[in-house]
Amino acid sequence: MYTQALNEKDAPFTTGRSDDPIKLERFQAIIDAEDKVEPNDWMPDAYRRTLQRQISQHAHSEVIGMQPEGNWLTRAPSLKRKATLLAKIQDEAGHGLYLYAAAETLGMSREEYYEQLLSGRAKYSSIFNYPSLTWADMGAIGWLVDGAAIMNQIPLCRCSYGPYARAMIRICKEESFHQRQGYEIMVTLSRGTPAQKAMAQDALNRFYWPVLMMFGPSDTESMHSADSTKWKIKRFSNDELRQKFIDATIPQGQHLGLTFPDPDLKFDAATGHWTHGEIDWSEFKRVLAGDGPCNRQRMKVRKAADAEGTWVREAAAAYANKRADRQRIAKIAAE
Amino acid sequence: MTEPATPLWEVFIRSRSGLPHKHCGSVHASDATMALQAARDVYTRRGESVSLWIVPSSAIIASDPADRDALFEPTGTKIYRHPTFYEVPDEVGHM
Repeated sequence: MYTQALNEKDAPFTTGRSDDPIKLERFQAIIDAEDKVEPNDWMPDAYRRTLQRQISQHAHSEVIGMQPEGNWLTRAPSLKRKATLLAKIQDEAGHGLYLYAAAETLGMSREEYYEQLLSGRAKYSSIFNYPSLTWADMGAIGWLVDGAAIMNQIPLCRCSYGPYARAMIRICKEESFHQRQGYEIMVTLSRGTPAQKAMAQDALNRFYWPVLMMFGPSDTESMHSADSTKWKIKRFSNDELRQKFIDATIPQGQHLGLTFPDPDLKFDAATGHWTHGEIDWSEFKRVLAGDGPCNRQRMKVRKAADAEGTWVREAAAAYANKRADRQRIAKIAAE
Repeated sequence: MTEPATPLWEVFIRSRSGLPHKHCGSVHASDATMALQAARDVYTRRGESVSLWIVPSSAIIASDPADRDALFEPTGTKIYRHPTFYEVPDEVGHM
């Protein structure tokens, strides 16, 4: 999901050129011993680039992810629901900040990462290009999107790169609040009037497939995870994580009395797993390539927020400079 | 990009009285006051802290990982610094 960056291929002309084989061997020994890599330690160029791309895209996803939820903030059905939704959105901003901080330890500034997002060079998770049309979507997003995030992020807590692993531990604690908050909305709607239950079903119908796509292409299609696996950045394959998510989620949906929009979904008693129908990968590719329902809107809003915030950053910098100057002058005068 | 980069600050949290401040992450802010406010918002939303320290990242002096062996290895051979190196006669009992 937020690891979609790990499915991208590294620029071929740069892979593994400048790395000293002895250092590389020592590095792999550290990884194999389950030791952590820290910011100033030697690391292969490709490891650094993979993490820069992965962590920053994860951060971008958190930041863009505030938009679908922000859409319902002023229309939340009660003060309590508004307060919890606001807290959740504030968490997403916090997650973005923890992650930008982790990404910065790899030798690139937050401004540079952010510029990559605004210029469209960096991507974010495909899921945030879907619209949030009803209040029930706040339930479906919390339950399913954050649920999928947890599946993906728990193994990242053991990622070989220390700063990323530490950020993920904080994030996972908070995601659990998000998922419960979303599921509670679904429970309330499912036990409500027929119209409310239908609204919950509609949200599930629209989000189910895009959420499954969050885990990235099928293992047969994704050939880029070999290095990520060897370096213990990624510990489970896309399909393994997707399967775990489906197995955990179907009983939760059944408890709500809702159905899943997959006629081929069935429980295989022999394996103990749910088997699912074919995922429409052409839709996934389209959304990733920039042609999802909301891609343009998400970027427009983000760019506007950046542009409208420029004067605030400039004013803060000018004020800090003025104070620093005054302190300097006062010090000279005192001497 | 014409804007200058916003300075980076390291954040240390005391989770409750009696415990030391511990590094928890970093924030960007133009000045110390804003850094403190940002750290409060980013790192202490769920009662994680009773006290915050904010330090300009540029003020941190760190050892170089390349010097790790030179700096820390010598203690490996000085086992006589550990209490378990010494034998206390049984008759003396616990010491």
